Amino acid sequence: MPFNILVAVSLTYVAVLFGVAFVAERRAIGGRAGWLRLPLVYTLSLSIYCTAWTFYGAVGYAARSGLEFLTIYLGPTLVFVGWWWVLRKLVRIGRAQRVTSIADLISSRYGKSNFLGVVVTVIAVLAATPYIALQLQSVTLSFGVFASDTPEGWAVPDQGATALWVAAGLALFTILFGTRNLDANERHHGIVMAIAVEAVVKLIALLAVGLFVVWGVAGGVADILARIDASPIADWELKPGRWAGLTFVSAAAILTLPRMFQVMVVENADERHVATASWAFPLYLMLMSLFVVPIAVVGLSIMPEGSNPDLFVLTIPLSQGAGKLALLAFLGGFSSATSMVIVAAIALSTMVSNHIVTPLWLALRVGSARAPGDVRGLVLMSRRLSIAAVLALGYTYYHLSGGSAALASIGLISFVGVAQVLPAMMGGIYWRGATHVGAAMGLITGFAIWLYCLFLPSFGPNGLLSARLIAEGPFGIDWLRPHALFGITGLDPLLHALLWSMLLNTGAFLIGSLSSFPGPMERLQGVAFVNIFDQSSGPGSWTRSAAEAEDLLSMSQRILGAEEAQRFFQAQATAQGKAGLLPDPTPDFIARLERQLAGSVGAATSHAMIAQLSGGTTVSVQDLIAVAGEAQQIKEYSAQLEAKSEELARTARALREANEKLTELSVQKDGFLSQISHELRTPMTSIRAFSEILMESDLPEDMRAKYAGIIHDETRRLTRLLDDLLDLSVLENRKVQLNIGVANLHDILNKAIVAASNTRPERMFVVQRDASTEHMPVFTDTDRLLQVFINVISNARKYCDAERAVLRIEVKKRGGQAQIDFIDNGSGIPKKVQALIFEKFARLTDTSHAGGAGLGLAICREIMANLGGSIEYLPGQGGAAFRVRLPLKLSA
Amino acid sequence: MRGKHVVLIEDELNIAEAIRFILTRAGAAVTHLATGTDSTAVLLREKPDVLVLDVMLPDRSGLEILSEIRAIPELATLAVLMLTARGQSRDREAAERAGANAFLAKPFANSDLLAQVRTLAEGGT
Repeated sequence: MPFNILVAVSLTYVAVLFGVAFVAERRAIGGRAGWLRLPLVYTLSLSIYCTAWTFYGAVGYAARSGLEFLTIYLGPTLVFVGWWWVLRKLVRIGRAQRVTSIADLISSRYGKSNFLGVVVTVIAVLAATPYIALQLQSVTLSFGVFASDTPEGWAVPDQGATALWVAAGLALFTILFGTRNLDANERHHGIVMAIAVEAVVKLIALLAVGLFVVWGVAGGVADILARIDASPIADWELKPGRWAGLTFVSAAAILTLPRMFQVMVVENADERHVATASWAFPLYLMLMSLFVVPIAVVGLSIMPEGSNPDLFVLTIPLSQGAGKLALLAFLGGFSSATSMVIVAAIALSTMVSNHIVTPLWLALRVGSARAPGDVRGLVLMSRRLSIAAVLALGYTYYHLSGGSAALASIGLISFVGVAQVLPAMMGGIYWRGATHVGAAMGLITGFAIWLYCLFLPSFGPNGLLSARLIAEGPFGIDWLRPHALFGITGLDPLLHALLWSMLLNTGAFLIGSLSSFPGPMERLQGVAFVNIFDQSSGPGSWTRSAAEAEDLLSMSQRILGAEEAQRFFQAQATAQGKAGLLPDPTPDFIARLERQLAGSVGAATSHAMIAQLSGGTTVSVQDLIAVAGEAQQIKEYSAQLEAKSEELARTARALREANEKLTELSVQKDGFLSQISHELRTPMTSIRAFSEILMESDLPEDMRAKYAGIIHDETRRLTRLLDDLLDLSVLENRKVQLNIGVANLHDILNKAIVAASNTRPERMFVVQRDASTEHMPVFTDTDRLLQVFINVISNARKYCDAERAVLRIEVKKRGGQAQIDFIDNGSGIPKKVQALIFEKFARLTDTSHAGGAGLGLAICREIMANLGGSIEYLPGQGGAAFRVRLPLKLSA
Repeated sequence: MRGKHVVLIEDELNIAEAIRFILTRAGAAVTHLATGTDSTAVLLREKPDVLVLDVMLPDRSGLEILSEIRAIPELATLAVLMLTARGQSRDREAAERAGANAFLAKPFANSDLLAQVRTLAEGGT
């Protein structure tokens, strides 16, 4: 068959696929995606698990290793049948968290760690490289088969060039398919449809070849069974270690392969599809593997010795002259290869773009203005370049490895690579204690071992690692040999790498997680992932109905208030041309409502509430964190308000107190004026009365003298009272002019005692002192201090009721202060009036005897305050006791 | 005023001496108390014609003493002249309420004092 026709057929097929994708995309955009969302389409899209490896490689695998090829189907079947709840959990998490890739899943789970995103991306890209090389190799081989028409399939003139063209073509094809537009949710309806079609094509092709082999080449079922018994395949011994290992790794791969994650989780339209797939996908796998052994057996028996068993699917029909069947088989293989490459490249490019290119670009462009359009263009461009790069890497691997290895062995390298994500993934969704430190340690450990023990040696002796290193270990260190790590020999390289990488990966993950503490974001995400089923009802429980609009209204009323909410709904209903209060919950209306609510409760809360009611998406932890953030702001705001109102209350209280004080002061002032009036009128009464007596009567001389003396005394009293009042007024206003000088305290006390002895009444009065303690210089207004001392001493002299009055003066130096106590031996001042004695006019006894107006101690208190000291009554000393304190040096 | 008996309760000794001089010169007999402490007993014993009572006393207020006097039947009709040094109308009203017959603000003219006491003494007989 001419090579050009083959190319034309391939291109036509691609064009048809493109058409399918285009139509599906259109329908999805037009909202008529109903049949696109069938569980069957979902199941068929999962068939990208079956790549060219399955299509071509399984037969080759069976021809080489017997039934061991079944392990590759056994793993996924076990997962889908027995562990479908793991898938359901992944799908739920993927939807709730709007996960875009497996790297995003890991990054998101471990507190949005971009580092982990990068690690997973690097692992996924490197692990996919052999896989893509495998597809290139199979397509190249299949081209070669047709081009040369020789059973060996090796006779393609320029294999490398063909592979390059295939790679370039696939890159272009994928870019056209996968990055025509930038979907917000990363869903690609068109591609899912196209790969579903391809799934059907490859199944039909393989079944057709199978039927042809059983009934066309061999003589039916009985003949085939006899041939199988006779073939070397029946003799292959079952190796339990390899079976267990391969089943495990393929089970892991179905969960961790980026392209499987893409179709299984990211493209999932309805969680319930997983339930259908849990039986339909294993059924598909069974059909795909049904004829593998017959084809292998027949191929081994009828094809010449040395022909490549990986190509039996093609070469058997060709050798039997069934050209059209061979062409169908070619299309089946082409379908298998292209669907894998397209989805893998899309998944990988999303990861590379989201976790490496965009963060780098944003980091580099910090500070410069960027329009939203910029980012969009950048993302598309970076995805396109990533797709090209992924295929380029695949081609490079193909080129370096020589393109000669068995397909299955290449694929398994990839499987072990992507399986490294498994511990972090399973730990992430089932163990809240898993931390990003553990995840990073596990991933890096597993990745390093895989790289060293499997990936690098896969380029063959003297490929990327030297033959000597592989045989003797680096620097001759025996226990570091890539195929016999830690001295474990006797395992085949694949199992060896799988064992060590998974063991150490899981160990490092556990140790890292147990020995570190998750951050707050990580803890929240951990809860969100592990307890995903506790958080929200399953999606799809809400349908658009009148009930929904009603619920939106009732929610809005709570937020906006009934009147405003109803007005808003009414206006929207009118705008839609509807009578009544409830508008149709169109996306447009919902968006408007969300904005309306955002004005009241904040954007995140509004979004979360609407999302909850409209059921389109569940509320993610990020949403809740944003809600909490807003609530916090509101709380802070109300706390501020509270503080403000408290402040107001305080001010009001202060005002009330000030008012009370003013009233009190006013009362005091009235009392004071009335007191002054009394104190002034009393001596004036005597003066006036005696003046009149002196004026009108003819009195004897002795009486005249006596009465004149009274007038004189009362006049002095009056003057003293006025002096005291003025003095007090000045002191109270702190306007007193202090004349600061220095004097010996002892001398001041001497003067005070002398002055006080001159006051009436004459009586025996003993002053006890310890002069030695009194010698200290005081820097103060000495005249004012003297005034205080005189007042205190003369009070004692006047009021001490002891028969033999004794005043004790004790002086102490306390820090920078002098403390002078005046203690007499009288009965003291009653407790209840102790607080009053410093008040103005607080006279305890009859003034006319004491000769004061009751201002003395009030003045003393004011003087001491002016001197920076104090005077207070000292209770519990037996007699009346006053303590005067003053700074030794008054700072002016 | 001859034969009239006046009791004076005043804590200011100089003022008390002046009042005693004025009333004695007019012929009255004057009994002076410097405090209000045992005033009722003295009044019951002396049975004066007029009581001259200072409002501001050190131990108890003159108004208090007046209320007490008015509560005793024998003293209910005693003529009382109140003296106050505060001289506000409030005090006059309070004195009237308490049952004072006359009121005089300090400082006073000697003639006014004598006239008031005379009126009260003669009205009382």
